[in-house]
Amino acid sequence: MATREEIFEKVQAALVDALAVDDDEVTPEATLVGDLGAESIDFLDIVFRLEKGFDISIPRGELFPEDILTSADYVVDGKINEAGLALLKERMPFADLSTFEKNPEVQEFATQLTVQDMCNFVESKLSDAA
Amino acid sequence: MRWFWIDRFTEFTSGQRATAVKTVSLSEEHVHDHLCGTSTMPNSLIIEGMAQTAGLLAGEHYGFQESVILAKVAKVRFHERATPGETLTYRAVLTTIDESGARAEVTSHLGERLQAEMEVLFAHADIDGEGAGGGLFDERDFATTLRALRMYEVGQTPEGEPIKMPRHLAVAEGSAVA
Repeated sequence: MATREEIFEKVQAALVDALAVDDDEVTPEATLVGDLGAESIDFLDIVFRLEKGFDISIPRGELFPEDILTSADYVVDGKINEAGLALLKERMPFADLSTFEKNPEVQEFATQLTVQDMCNFVESKLSDAA
Repeated sequence: MRWFWIDRFTEFTSGQRATAVKTVSLSEEHVHDHLCGTSTMPNSLIIEGMAQTAGLLAGEHYGFQESVILAKVAKVRFHERATPGETLTYRAVLTTIDESGARAEVTSHLGERLQAEMEVLFAHADIDGEGAGGGLFDERDFATTLRALRMYEVGQTPEGEPIKMPRHLAVAEGSAVA
């Protein structure tokens, strides 16, 4: 299995290509939307590149759970409710949602996903496949 | 006027690759004054032609049941100009395709010379379940366009069998056999 450094390097390369940013901008702490300027369609591009780069399969919605973020069952007045937060944590064990939990506004969700979250996600997929 | 930026397919393997040609003519109005009188095929329209080659390849894979939306030109690079009398050959290879979208690598050649190269991303959307174009296109017109582009003359499956027009388009065209 790839080391964490190897995973980061491949994730970094995928993000450099998908988002037309420089290597040194793609740090573990950088947020995809806020710092790297990712837009919604870029997530599809990133998923395709990660699948190819790591030879893994990423079911749609696994990396970016749009179904939860747009569900009337989990979104009330623009915020994710407790049931939605519990489901997000279950579906996204790779992501650090502690900041998001303090103010779980849907529109803030995408802005908090970091490069490190992405690396954790890939690591969990590779671990599942091993 | 119709938004056709390829003249015809010359090779088409379902779900994998396609080649289309576009001959640049001085009779095309957009060529007349482009680039200060130097008569050049606009690069933006070459991008569109490469995207149509790849987009129709992606759409055919799912029988034109979904709308294929040009979502992102991830990378594009031009190496030289295309001028009247020259024929551009677009070659598209699908690198990924699934229900959410498709990604393709496309090149444009003038003879043996690489003229442009591009990575393009498409999103699939079944708009109101109305198939290709989500009801925006008349299916009979769309079928006629596919015939004009010779898709079903040159198209084949990866196993080498001829591809057929999907039934919903054949019905619209009036060629479906009961």
